[in-house]
Amino acid sequence: MSTKNWPLWEVFVRSKNGLEHRHFGSLHAADAEMALENARDVYTRRNEGISIWVVESKNITASNPEHNGEMFEPAQDKVYRHPTFYELPDEVKYM
Amino acid sequence: MNNTNLYHYILGIADNSLILGQRMGELCGHGPSLETDIACTNISLDLFGQVRSYYKYAAKIANDGRTEDDIAMLRKERDYVNVLLAEQPNTDFAYTMARHFLFDVYHFLFLTELQKSKDLTLAAIATKSLKEVSYHQRFSTDWIKRLGDGTEESHQKMQNAINDLWTYTDELFHQTDADKAMVAEGIGVDVTKLKAAYYEKVNAILEEATLSIPESKYFQKGGKIGIHTEHMGYLLTELQYMQRTYPNMEW
Repeated sequence: MSTKNWPLWEVFVRSKNGLEHRHFGSLHAADAEMALENARDVYTRRNEGISIWVVESKNITASNPEHNGEMFEPAQDKVYRHPTFYELPDEVKYM
Repeated sequence: MNNTNLYHYILGIADNSLILGQRMGELCGHGPSLETDIACTNISLDLFGQVRSYYKYAAKIANDGRTEDDIAMLRKERDYVNVLLAEQPNTDFAYTMARHFLFDVYHFLFLTELQKSKDLTLAAIATKSLKEVSYHQRFSTDWIKRLGDGTEESHQKMQNAINDLWTYTDELFHQTDADKAMVAEGIGVDVTKLKAAYYEKVNAILEEATLSIPESKYFQKGGKIGIHTEHMGYLLTELQYMQRTYPNMEW
């Protein structure tokens, strides 16, 4: 019997129209089709979603935590980059 | 009971799903991978959801004080009228998927027709169940193809499962007296008319999966009249354990 593991996939689910796909978790599957079916069963069985994306984890390029200083800290003291000086109308949701 | 035939007809549909659901539920915590484990358990819960509607309706027709749970859990082996295919054990994952596939193709064709039943309750249950069963069919068909057209070992295992389970397929198209009576009233589905479409579809998928179609013309039967294989008693022992040991318990 083969003991080789199926590759790892990342699962993104859109919970309803108008919202973006969000990362829900990961799972193992032999190919994209199986990853979609597994994602359906593992992550949307309680009515969490209306659309699923799957992508093989190895295709994701991640930032290196060791570089967090140069990557993210320079943005910490630049409050003027936040659009906090506008008043949002009540009708605008999901901001 | 006003309508004995209708009562027995409903049990004929419901028992298939109950027993198959119990078989799929056995994989909870024992599936070959976390993902397939959850998938099989989901399918099991779909089937149990469907049987609740059927048994609730059967209890109403019977009108003898028994509840849906009594009918589902407290009959004796000979009073269950599921097809033999449904009770066959999870010998390995190939058997589990082959059994499910051979039932799903039938189930889909059956529910499609049941939607046209003159009995509006049955028609409504059929319509609601059909989406679930479409997915079951897609899931099991995928696995037939993956394992059939996979490695040498997976091919052999799937071929073994198909060979062993093939003998239980013909019974799907047998009619009981209750079936015939319900067909005559426009309530039941004439399963004999589904046979050609069934074998056409099953054969096409098996061919695509590079599996050979068994040539045996010998078919097992009996489940529909309560005569079961040796596996059924063990299955019921587990299914009924709680209600038999602690009568009327609830949680």
